[in-house]
Amino acid sequence: MAIIETKNLTYTYPGATKPSIRDASLTIEKGEFVIITGPSGCGKTTLCRCFNGLIPHFYAGQLEGELTVAGFKVVEHPIYEMAQRVGLVFQNPENQLFALSVEKDVAFGLENLGVPRDEMRKRVDWALQTTDIEELRERAPHELSGGQQQRVAIACVLAMQPDIMVFDEPTSFLDPLGAQKIFEVINELNKKLGVTVILVEHRLDLASKYADHVVIMDDGKIVLNGKPREIFYSETARLIGVGIPKATHLWQRLQEHGIKLEGFPTSSEEAARLLREVLKT
Amino acid sequence: MSVFEGFRFRHVSSPIHRRDPRVKFLYVLVMFIAAVMFYELPPLLVLFFLPTPFVFLAGVQRQWLRSLRGAMFLATFLFVFNLIFGYISPGTIPWSMSPLEYAFSMSLRFLVLVESFSVFFLTTSPDHLSLALEQSHVPYEFTFAFTTAVRFVPVLAEEAQTIMDAQKARGLELERGNFMKRVRNYIPILIPLIVSAIRRSLELAEAMESRAWGASKKRTNLYVLKMREGDFILIIISIILLVTAIYVRYFVPVPSFTMLLPK
Amino acid sequence: MIEVKDVYFTYPTEVEALKGVSLSIRNGEFVAIMGQNGAGKTTLVKQFNGLLKPTKGEVLVDSVSTRDLSIAQLARKVGFVFQNPDHQLFSETVEEEIAFALRNFGFKEATLKRRVTWALNLLGLTEYRKTSPFMLSGGERKRVALASVLAWNPKVVILDEPTIGQDHRQKEILRQFIVQLNTQGKTVVIVTHDVEFVAECSPRVVLMAQGQIVADGDAQRILTDPNVTLRASIVPPQVTQIFLKLADFGLPADVIDVSEAMKVLVEYFEEEKGKR
Repeated sequence: MAIIETKNLTYTYPGATKPSIRDASLTIEKGEFVIITGPSGCGKTTLCRCFNGLIPHFYAGQLEGELTVAGFKVVEHPIYEMAQRVGLVFQNPENQLFALSVEKDVAFGLENLGVPRDEMRKRVDWALQTTDIEELRERAPHELSGGQQQRVAIACVLAMQPDIMVFDEPTSFLDPLGAQKIFEVINELNKKLGVTVILVEHRLDLASKYADHVVIMDDGKIVLNGKPREIFYSETARLIGVGIPKATHLWQRLQEHGIKLEGFPTSSEEAARLLREVLKT
Repeated sequence: MSVFEGFRFRHVSSPIHRRDPRVKFLYVLVMFIAAVMFYELPPLLVLFFLPTPFVFLAGVQRQWLRSLRGAMFLATFLFVFNLIFGYISPGTIPWSMSPLEYAFSMSLRFLVLVESFSVFFLTTSPDHLSLALEQSHVPYEFTFAFTTAVRFVPVLAEEAQTIMDAQKARGLELERGNFMKRVRNYIPILIPLIVSAIRRSLELAEAMESRAWGASKKRTNLYVLKMREGDFILIIISIILLVTAIYVRYFVPVPSFTMLLPK
Repeated sequence: MIEVKDVYFTYPTEVEALKGVSLSIRNGEFVAIMGQNGAGKTTLVKQFNGLLKPTKGEVLVDSVSTRDLSIAQLARKVGFVFQNPDHQLFSETVEEEIAFALRNFGFKEATLKRRVTWALNLLGLTEYRKTSPFMLSGGERKRVALASVLAWNPKVVILDEPTIGQDHRQKEILRQFIVQLNTQGKTVVIVTHDVEFVAECSPRVVLMAQGQIVADGDAQRILTDPNVTLRASIVPPQVTQIFLKLADFGLPADVIDVSEAMKVLVEYFEEEKGKR
C-alpha cells in the first residue's frame, strides 16, 4: 500500500532561476526503508521538505504536480496536521532541541498538539526507552554529545507517533560510530515498529544494508529508483558520482577483470560471506 | 561581569529553590514596594538585611555577595550623584535628614532592589521560571522565546569563541590598534555570528513547524506547578511584610538616622 | 617543523583534553590525525597555531616555542582551515575575503593583488571574484575559506574535518587537491574521522583516543590493526573489514583500498587456477 505518492513534482524556491526538483515521480510503500541519495544540490533535501509540508507552506515558492502523503494531499493541509503523520529529523542536532531538558523537548510536539498530561507522560517515557536515552531524561541539551542530541531529536519526533519518519542527513556531524548507532536506532524503528523510513544519506557504506528501496537523484530529477542491488551496481550510479559502498565497488572491479562472483553485496558482512563461499571451493 | 554572576542559576536544591516562582516574585514585588516607600535609613537597613536568612537557607551566599559587589559601582555613582544633588537643591530632600543620609538611603534602596532580584534569579531555574510564565497565562510565544534564548546562550558563547579563533588564525589581532581600529576589528566576528544566528533561527523554525507548532490553541504542559505549604508560608510572610511596611509608613513616626544622632 | 613535547592541556572547564602527547611532524609530511569525537584531535592541532597553549609541556613550530609567539605570528606559518566556513566569512566580496588575512599580515598592495588572483585561480573561484560569499553554495564557500588560507602561503596547512557534508565527488576533488598541495611541498595535516577518505589518501596516521596518541605510522599498518582501531573506537575501512573476516584463508590483512584488494584477490585466484 503506497504511503507516499508523488507525480511530476516540480518545485522552485522563491527567487530561484531554476527548479530544485523537476518532474519527480515516486511511490513509497508502507513499511519501506528508503534511502535517497545523490550529489550535493540534487534536490534530496528539497524533496524531504515536501513530504511534511514545509514545502509549500513554510517555504512558499512554486510547487507543481501531485503529492499525497499518508492519504493527505499535502498542499491542502497545514504543517501541524502533517506533523502527526510525518516526522522530520534534520541534519544539525543542536538546532532541533529548544527546551532546557531532554524530557521537555521530547514532550514539545505533544504539548503543541494539546495531548493530556497523562498520555504525554506515557508517550515521552516510551519514546525515551525506544531510542535508548532514558538516562538522559533530565539533562540539558547543550551537555550532550552530537550522537546523543540526535537520538533526542529522534525521540522528539517519535513521541508524536508518526507513520513516516524522514531523516535528512542525520549523521553529517557525527563520527562513524555515532553514525552507526543512529542507523541502528532508525532500523529498529522501521523493523520493530513498522515506521516507514526515508533516509537521505551520503554515507552509503554504513547505511545501505538496511534499505529495501533506493532512490538516486541528480540535478533535481529522480534518476534511479529501485532495489539496492540494482541501483548500486548500475553504471549510472557510478557515473553520477554517488559514493557506492566499497564492497560494491570491489565486486564491480572484479567483474570487469573477468572474475564473476555471485551476489550483490553492499556491506562488508555480505561481501565476506560471499567471498568465503568462493574461496572454499 | 560579576553583577551577572550573581544572577546565574546553579543546579542546587533548597527550600527556597523549590518555592513556586510566582510566589517568589510576589515577595520581590513586596520588597520593591516597601523599599520605595521609605527614604529613611533605619527602615531601609532593615529591608536590606531581611532576605539574609533566605540567602543562607538557599546556600547562595557567595554568588549573592558577588552580585552586590557588582552593583557597588552603580550604587557608588548613585551615592555621589544624590549627595551632590542634595547639597545643590536642599529643598527637594526630606527635611528630617542630612544630604549624606539621603545619598546613603538612595543607594541602599537600589541595593535592596538588586539583592531581591538577585535572590530570585539565583534560586529559580530558567525552566522553573518558564513554567511559571506559562501557567501565569503569559502568551506561549514569549515564554518560548525566553526559554530558547536561555538555552542557546552557551551555544552562542561557544560559537563566538570559535569565530574569534578562526579569525585570529587569519592574523586578526583583537588587542592591537587605537579605539576605532579595535571596534572595527570586531566586525569579522560580529558578522559571522549574526549570519549564523539567522541560519540557526531558520533551522529552529523548521524544526518547530515539523513538531506541530501552532496545532492547538490550548497548549498542554508536561509539568505543572503546584503550590505547597512552603509557598503559602512565603505568601503569608510577604503579606505581613507589606502590611507592616504600610502601617509603619503611615502610622509610626519613622526616624531618620540624622534624627537618631546625638546632638 | 612541528614538535609536540609531552603536552598536557586542560580546558578552563577543567576537562583534561591532552594527556601527555608527543609528536614530530617533519617538513612536507602529510599527516591525518584521527579518532573519535572528543579524543583530543582538534585540541591538539590548535596547539600548532597557538590558539591553545599547553598547560604542561611544549610545542615547537620551526624550532620556536609557541609560548614565545603570538597567534598572528604562528598563523603566518601555520594556516588553519576551520570546519565550518561560515565561521570565517564576513566580507562583501570573495576577493575581499581572501585579502583579509593578507592585509592582517601586512602584505603590500601589489603582492596582495597577485596572491588573491592566484588563490582564486587555484580553487576555481575566478568567476566569483566580485560575488558575495554569502551567495555561494556550501561547497563553494568551503573553497573560499580554503583559498583565503592558502593565499598567504603558509608552510603548514591544517584542515579540520574537511570532508563533513561533502558528497563523494567533492571528496574526490578535495583528496586530489590535498595530495597536490602536499606534492608541492606543503606540510598538510588533516583532522578527520573519515576512514575511507584516509584510506584513499594513505598518509601517515596519528590515532588518538582519550587525549593520548595510541598509534602513529603508516595508514595501511594502523587502519588494519584491529587492536588499535578498537582502542580508538574507529571503524576500519570496509575493504579491511572484509579481509579481516577472511583472515583464515591466508589473505594478507593489510588492505585498505579497493585497488589493493583487487590485486590481492586477482593474485589469489590466479594462484588457485595455477594450482589446479
